[in-house]
Amino acid sequence: MSTDTIDLKTRLVADFHAREATINGEASTAFHQKKRAAIAVFDQLGFPTRKNEEWKYSNVKDLVSASYHFNAPSTLTAEDLASLNIPDQNANILYFVNGHYDADLSQIISTSDKIVISSLQQAYQKDPEMVNSYFSAVEGDSDAFTALNTAFAADGVFIHVPKGQVVEHPVILRFISDARQEHVGSQPRNIIAVGENAQVKFAEAFRTVGEQRSFTNVVTEIHMGQHAHVEYYKVQNESDQAYHVGTTEVIMLDNSHFYAATVTLNGKFVRNNLHIRINGEHCDAHMYGLYFPDGTQHVDNHTVADHLKPNSESNELYKGILRDKSKGVFNGKIFVRPDAQKTNAFQSCKNIVLSPEATMNTKPQLEIWADDVKCTHGTTTGQIDEEALFYMRSRGISRQEAMSLLMFAFCADVVSQIKIDSIREYLEGVISDKLTNK
Amino acid sequence: MLSINELRASIEGKEILKGINLEVKPGEVHAIMGPNGSGKSTLASVLAGREEYEVTAGSVAFNGVDLLELAAEERAAEGIFLAFQYPVEIPGVTTINFLKTAVNEIRKYKGENPLDAAQFLKMVREKAKLVRMNDSLLKRALNEGFSGGEKKRNEIFQMAVLEPQLAILDETDSGLDIDALRIVAEGVNSLRSPERSAIVVTHYQRLLDYIVPDYVHVLYKGRIVKSGTKELAMELEEKGYDWIKEEVEALG
Ligand SMILES: Nc1ncnc2c1ncn2[C@@H]1O[C@H](COP(=O)(O)OP(=O)(O)OP(=O)(O)O)[C@@H](O)[C@H]1O
Ligand SMILES: [Mg+2]
Repeated sequence: MSTDTIDLKTRLVADFHAREATINGEASTAFHQKKRAAIAVFDQLGFPTRKNEEWKYSNVKDLVSASYHFNAPSTLTAEDLASLNIPDQNANILYFVNGHYDADLSQIISTSDKIVISSLQQAYQKDPEMVNSYFSAVEGDSDAFTALNTAFAADGVFIHVPKGQVVEHPVILRFISDARQEHVGSQPRNIIAVGENAQVKFAEAFRTVGEQRSFTNVVTEIHMGQHAHVEYYKVQNESDQAYHVGTTEVIMLDNSHFYAATVTLNGKFVRNNLHIRINGEHCDAHMYGLYFPDGTQHVDNHTVADHLKPNSESNELYKGILRDKSKGVFNGKIFVRPDAQKTNAFQSCKNIVLSPEATMNTKPQLEIWADDVKCTHGTTTGQIDEEALFYMRSRGISRQEAMSLLMFAFCADVVSQIKIDSIREYLEGVISDKLTNK
Repeated sequence: MLSINELRASIEGKEILKGINLEVKPGEVHAIMGPNGSGKSTLASVLAGREEYEVTAGSVAFNGVDLLELAAEERAAEGIFLAFQYPVEIPGVTTINFLKTAVNEIRKYKGENPLDAAQFLKMVREKAKLVRMNDSLLKRALNEGFSGGEKKRNEIFQMAVLEPQLAILDETDSGLDIDALRIVAEGVNSLRSPERSAIVVTHYQRLLDYIVPDYVHVLYKGRIVKSGTKELAMELEEKGYDWIKEEVEALG
């Protein structure tokens, strides 16, 4: 019982109860009851070990071996952010620094009849019942990190797109870890409620300032009404000392369309869970992913397409380029429940491993209880195509340049899915630098 | 221009080229014929710099430079072009973008400034017209889903754009319909000049009606066993290879 794993856990549970003692009347609210239940779940589960099937290839030992200052205050200014080369964007932009909403850095340009954007805290103060109705509405708390986030959920964003509204300007959530002074931790909780026939594009971008460790444990819940259309992009470009566990829970109703792209450019340890419940007919859910670990980085993507109703489609493409001693993990689950006849589900994970010391673990996991379904899946892990390289070199293109062209092309079918121009262009730039510098 | 001397090469420990000698002077066209598996593509690949082949003996000089010392991309920049027997499909890279990169990499090698987009496009359009290459093919991923004939035509198109000093065509005629064959031949002929040379590997006399060679060589079991002029190609067309094989066996 003396390992550091226990230490961080014990400390977090103690923190929770200490804080609980200070909130008086608030402790009896339904909102808080969910948190109390969640800390009990976390307390019982503890941080996962590799004995847990879901964490078999991702070891959090290193992550939990340090202590983090959660929600640490920060003096970060716009000038401090200059070095991050964040693109100018004609968008609603919300900054969260070490988990706190920063109104000074943020800009909201859409009008409130189109979209209601506020920090989770503000939203809760204004309308606790409504926020509570969405908060932790999906049973996802069997995961220790999600439970931990629920227990500590303090800030993040609350977005509500009213019925029928088509939001023209994307919403960009920028999460900055200010790790200049100490190891910092944050647990943002985002709730996105998109009404019937409403359309919105949004992105989560994660960055780090400073050389200390950062630990981000983020949970985003996306609730979609019928005929809703949501595009969701997650871009991780954190430091070599950044630990990130993120869970995105999506619920879809009839005739809704959901597009997700998760791009991991950098980070020490990354685990992304994307869990889509297709609880409607004639829906389509698209999941794209791209990752480029190098050094000793670790990137793990776990996805679930859970088909609960008939006549819907899910489509998934994840791609990775692994260098050095990096590790990649892909676990893609497709569930087709007994009612979900006429489901179409496609899944593909393709990887290029550039070094003999890099490893990629891929695991498609199909569980199908309906009989009239079409499911295909495939994974490939290979080296760069030497025939293609020779062909290009025989035309005068250097090996280096040929490699970049081939890898850029490899990434293109994921990058091209990103429909927010400023983000796509930013990614193209960063990716092309990444591919030519090494 | 090209001087091959006692060249031997093997792959996976198996010797394929067993002492090739060949001299190509500026402006000449040499045809290489020979039965399947005799080493024609191997010779072409070794000249283009494919690294899987190990050169075990001999030398190759190209304009006085030791070709075997150069990487494939440097050979291309020095003016060697190989039209592949089996062009490779490259998903995600358009033909046009690929060629632009190639042209500018070669210009960089020669210390020239890159072509700007307008100059490049103008040049490409002219060349595309020359080989009647459809515009829509240029915008598609390189060779991906191209028909056999389209791939071969794309090889000649690339050759026209890169204007090599020495073009090596490895069975560019196979799989082409009669019209395409003529177009490809015209493409090659339009590049002919007192400075440019070509090595044309083919199984058929037909191509040589269009691209008239100065010399015809027969490659058999890794050696050039017979050389002659275009009449030799006609003789082969008529009589096949048996008489040559017999001659070789008789010599031991
Ligand atoms: N990678 C390889 N491994 C083993 N043997 C090889 C390899 N590549 C070529 N060879 C062998 O080398 C010999 C010569 O092959 P090559 O392709 O040069 O013949 P070719 O004259 O071009 O034939 P074709 O007329 O059929 O195109 C063949 O016996 C072939 O099987
Ligand atoms: Mg051949």
